[in-house]
Formats: sequence, structure tokens, C-alpha cells
Amino acid sequence: MAHTYLAAEHNPILPIWQEMVVGLVAFGVLCYVLIKFVFPRMEATFQARVEAIEGGIKKAEQAQAEAARLLEQYRAQLAEAQTEAARIRDEARADAEGIRRDLLAKAQEERDRIIAAGRESLAAERQGIIQQLRTEVGALAVDLASRIVGESLADEARQRGTVERFLNELETSSAAGRR
Amino acid sequence: MNLAEVPFPPSVEDFFLPSLAAGYWVTKFTLMIWIAVAAIIVFYLLAYRNPKLVPTRAQWLAEAVYGFSRDSISRDVIGPESARFAPYIATLFTFVIVTNVFGIIPFLQVSPNSHIAFPAVLAILSYILYVYVGIRRHGFVGFLKKMTVTPGVPWVIYPLLVPIEAFTNLVNRPLTLAVRLFANMFAGHLILLVFTLGGFALFATGNIFYFAVGGVSMIFAIVMTTFEFGIALLQAYVFAILTAFYVGDAIEEGH
Repeated sequence: MAHTYLAAEHNPILPIWQEMVVGLVAFGVLCYVLIKFVFPRMEATFQARVEAIEGGIKKAEQAQAEAARLLEQYRAQLAEAQTEAARIRDEARADAEGIRRDLLAKAQEERDRIIAAGRESLAAERQGIIQQLRTEVGALAVDLASRIVGESLADEARQRGTVERFLNELETSSAAGRR
Repeated sequence: MNLAEVPFPPSVEDFFLPSLAAGYWVTKFTLMIWIAVAAIIVFYLLAYRNPKLVPTRAQWLAEAVYGFSRDSISRDVIGPESARFAPYIATLFTFVIVTNVFGIIPFLQVSPNSHIAFPAVLAILSYILYVYVGIRRHGFVGFLKKMTVTPGVPWVIYPLLVPIEAFTNLVNRPLTLAVRLFANMFAGHLILLVFTLGGFALFATGNIFYFAVGGVSMIFAIVMTTFEFGIALLQAYVFAILTAFYVGDAIEEGH
């Protein structure tokens, strides 16, 4: 064996130029393939991954915004409905009040009318009765007087005038007394 | 194989295996580079042949690797303009992870990055990248000034400071980038060789006491293998984050 401790045929510090050429070519091939075909695809995948994550976040944010918008809309609608209901209630109350007032007024009017009619008919009746009584009382008085006097004065025009005058005086005095 | 034939101690020559064909063009190391490139391409294309918003497990893993280098390395270090550089940083990060982890994968068992040629290529590319974007952003003179002149320093210090800054930013950066990765992978493999080959060598002595120590050595080789896994991830992270830092520094406004 040619191995001896120090007698080196090769100096490990001096590069072998053939190996340098091989190293350069081999490493060049490696660089070409990896930089041209592999790492750009990796970058694209990394980018796609980032976009997928960011897209997911964005989608979630959009959904949240949509939900918040709908909630706001519902709240607005609810408030609007409540206002509307209150308005309708108020209107109904006002209507009811109006109707009540109308009815009351009508009833009052009707009452007044009925009372007035009653009074009128009452007055007319009274007038009729008075007229009738006047005739009857006249006849009765004459009858009574003729019986007392013993002679019939019935067809005496003078007598008729006397009774009429008497009754008129009577009425006048009674009307004055009532007043 | 006869245990006594196990070569010990390991040497630099253990890193230079016989050519498979055509000299240095086809060796275990160049084959591993092609395997790494093919594996990464196949993995990404399969995992991402039909991307879904909710990822499958393979798609999730691919996105985790890319997302980590895009967000935790590029964006945090470069800032708002990181989108332009994230794919390159992610490719670099993945490539260095896979080639580093080769150091502990059975039958491969050595990282291609323990040959300085491969870290050197990556460091040169990082260097070209940050010098290019720096000159695009600030112009040639502006970029040189930015890389060499520290503002807020008395001008008398400049003769001392400018060469140091120039060396640090324009020479040291790619060198350290390459050497750091190379040396970590080289040393890691060497440590595994020491414990594994040392274990075999101790077993071969036939002495019961040495045999026991050989067992300890083997166990330690396993422990160091898991340790190497951590280093493989860490060095890939460091390489990617430093490249991002240099790019960010080059396009940064002001100083």
C-alpha cells in the first residue's frame, strides 16, 4: 500500500479543474430546472393559498356586512310599522270620538225636535180642548142657567153674547194669573 | 478483506479515489454531483407535479425547504428585494444540504464538498452574483467605494483601512466561503475515517484490550456520524445565509 502519513500526491487545497467544470455544469442544470420550472409554481401556489385565505376572510366579511344591513333594515321596518300602528290607532280614536260626537249631536237634535213636536201637538190639543170646553161649558152654563131661571133662553142671541163675553173675561183673568 | 490490510492512518489520498473513466472527469465525486442534481430535480418535480392548496406530504416537504430558504434566509437577510434572489438561494441551500448529507449516506459515505473544487464553484458563483448586483446598483466606482471605504472614519485612517476592507470584502469573502464548507466536510470525513479505520486496525491486533478500545472507537464513529448530519445541515445554512448577506450588503443603500 502506498499510504504514508505525509507524502501526499494530491493537495486538497488545490481544486481539480475538471471537477470544477462538472460542478459548474451540474449546478447550472439544477439552477435552470428549479428556477425555471419548480420555484415559480411554488410561488404561484403560495399566492393562490394566500388568496384563498384572504378570499375566505373577505367572503365572511361580506356575509357579515350583509347580515348587519338586513338587521338594520328589519329594525327600520319594525320602527316604521310601530309608528304606522300608532298613527292608525290615533286616527281610529279620533274617528271614534268624531262619530260619538256626531251621534250625540244628532240625538240631541232629534230629542229637541221630538220635544218641540210634542209641545206643538200638546199646544194644539190644548187649544182644541179649550175650544171644545168653551163650547161645552157655554152650553152647560146656559142649560144650568135656564134650569135655574126656569125658562129657556137657548135661542136668545143676547144670551149667547153674554156667555161668550163671560168666558173671554174668564180666560183673560186666568192667563194673567198664570203669568 | 483481511483486517490487517485496512490502511491506517488515513491520509489525504483517501479523498482521491481511482478514476472510473476518463481521468478526473468520471470519478465517485463527479458521479455524486450528478446523483445529487438528479435526485433534487426528481424530488422537486415529483413533489410538485400536481400542487394543491392543501399540500400532500412530499409537496409539504418541498415547500418547507423552499419556504425556509425564501423566508428565513433570503427575506430576513436581504430584505424587501429578496424575491429576486430567493430561488437561487433556495437552489444553493438544497444543493449544499444534499451534497453534504452524502457524507453519511451508506455507500456514498463522503461528501463531494470535501473536494474544494465544488465549494469553490459555489463560492465563485456567489461572488459573481453579489459583485454583479452591487455594480448594477451602485455603478463600478460606487460599488468599489462601498466595499472599501467605511464612512464616519477620519480620513487619515483610510490608507490603513481601505486595503483591509478591500481584502475582507473582495478577496476574503469567496475564499472563506469555499474553504469553510470544504474544510468542514473534509475534516468530518477524516474524523469518521480515523474512528472507523482505527477501530478496524485495533481489532486486527488480536489483543483483547485493543479489541475493546476498537469497540469504543466504532461506537464513537456512529456518534460522530450523527454529529456530521448536524454539521451538514448547519454548513448548508451558513453557506446560504452568508451568500444572502453578501447580496444584501451589495444592494443596500448607503453603508
